[in-house]
Amino acid sequence: MNNRFKYIITLFIFLFIAGGIFQPVKAADHGNEGEDLNVKELILDHLGDAYEWHITTWKDSHISIPLPVILYSESSGFQMFSSSKFHHGAESHNGFYIAKDGDYKGKIVEKNAAGEEVRPWDFSITKNAAALIIASILLIIIILSVARWYKKNSKADDPKVPKGFVGFMELFIMNVNDDIIKPCVGKNYRKFAPYLLTAFFFIFINNLLGLIPLFPGGANVTGNIAITLVLAVFTLVIVNVFGTKEYYKEIFWPEVPTWLKVPIPIMPAIELVGVFTKPFALMIRLFANILAGHSIVLGLVCLIFVTVKLGTAINLSMTGVSVLLTIFIDFVEILVAYIQAYVFTMLSAVFIGLAQVEPHHAKSHE
Amino acid sequence: MLLQPDFGLLFWMLLSFGVVFAILAKFGFPIITKMVDERNAYIEKSLDAAKEANKQLANIKEECEALLTSARNEQVKILNDAESTRNRIVNEAKDQARAEGLKELEEVRKQIKLEKEDAIKDIRRQVADLSVDIAEKVLRDNLSTSKEQMAMIDRLVDEAMVSKS
Repeated sequence: MNNRFKYIITLFIFLFIAGGIFQPVKAADHGNEGEDLNVKELILDHLGDAYEWHITTWKDSHISIPLPVILYSESSGFQMFSSSKFHHGAESHNGFYIAKDGDYKGKIVEKNAAGEEVRPWDFSITKNAAALIIASILLIIIILSVARWYKKNSKADDPKVPKGFVGFMELFIMNVNDDIIKPCVGKNYRKFAPYLLTAFFFIFINNLLGLIPLFPGGANVTGNIAITLVLAVFTLVIVNVFGTKEYYKEIFWPEVPTWLKVPIPIMPAIELVGVFTKPFALMIRLFANILAGHSIVLGLVCLIFVTVKLGTAINLSMTGVSVLLTIFIDFVEILVAYIQAYVFTMLSAVFIGLAQVEPHHAKSHE
Repeated sequence: MLLQPDFGLLFWMLLSFGVVFAILAKFGFPIITKMVDERNAYIEKSLDAAKEANKQLANIKEECEALLTSARNEQVKILNDAESTRNRIVNEAKDQARAEGLKELEEVRKQIKLEKEDAIKDIRRQVADLSVDIAEKVLRDNLSTSKEQMAMIDRLVDEAMVSKS
């Protein structure tokens, strides 16, 4: 059992380190094409989304996994086809093509009757969406297999302690449950624990997969604002739907001098803004942290190719520095993956806890 | 560009997170946390039971000790009782034996006395017989002649006359 763990951990570490070694190979091909290396372009290209899952470029041919494109256009209705039809953005298909520049750069557009570029309703399973779905399936499999172990092996009158992976997951889950959710939410924590645990492990697994440079990982999922937006909206809805009367009273009629409330509701306005800034901060924090992590790793790797022109000696030494720094940052990013999941969960739990306030006089009786 | 949430991704995220949330909140985490809580409760219960059992064991030990001491006391008491009873019985027996002996002695003494008296009587009778016999023999020798017989008769008559007068 212990050995299996060691293998898994070794595998993970290997994959992270591989990130530092394989990415240069990938980027080196860009350099071989003789173009000027556009670091900004390269990093933004990775941080953004794509219609196909680019794996590597080998001798001028792109190797990538095509993903389904699903569109609803006002002129031609529903469309569904493989992204390989675009031939890496080079060709158009059924009037749709990937914009090379303009407002919709990198997105699928079509020309409307007036000849303007417009965006159809785009439900395509992009690289991020695919990574998201893979991570979701993985998470469901992991958690349900752990839950099944309990159903199978542990009964209320004869409980058992799991070993190996299930034991590790139990430790992890109960750690989040007891050390983050319980103290932050307060006495009603059982009601909110499933959401908060889901959020934690969802963010954590996506963060981790984002750090693995090979196929199922490597997408910048939690560093995409759409993802963090949905997570923040979930927290916002849960905080406000389950808010107590006292919570709403504190927003709309806080205990401040009356002139702060009528005729101009200064305090209620501030409180109301606060309701939205809290989840907004959640959204930006997760997004920015993961985005920054990916940017740093890519930037460090690009260092190798930027210094090619400065001579072999500098290039070699910078390569060493770059690889070392990339490995270091990758380890830091593992930490960040946990910390950001932790922070998101903890702050969500705190916001939920704050919305569970009881009237003050009741509190003083406790 | 990075700050604009993409509609398609928003849709897929909402869908996948919603599904993950629905499944895990129903079949995943509550089962795990419930089982772990139950297990913790079970452990707590077991610990309490163990503590209780220990306490009871200590009580039982104490009781045993008390029982043992009382039994030992009882034993001593019984032994003492037995000894005193024995002494009493022996003493009683001795007393009784002594009294019995005295009584028997008395009886024997009486018997002896009676026998002695009988013997004395017997002796007297025999002495009387013997003296008569002897007297007869003596008289026969003395009265062998008629003169002597006459003298005797005279003396006897005189004596009788004297005693009559």
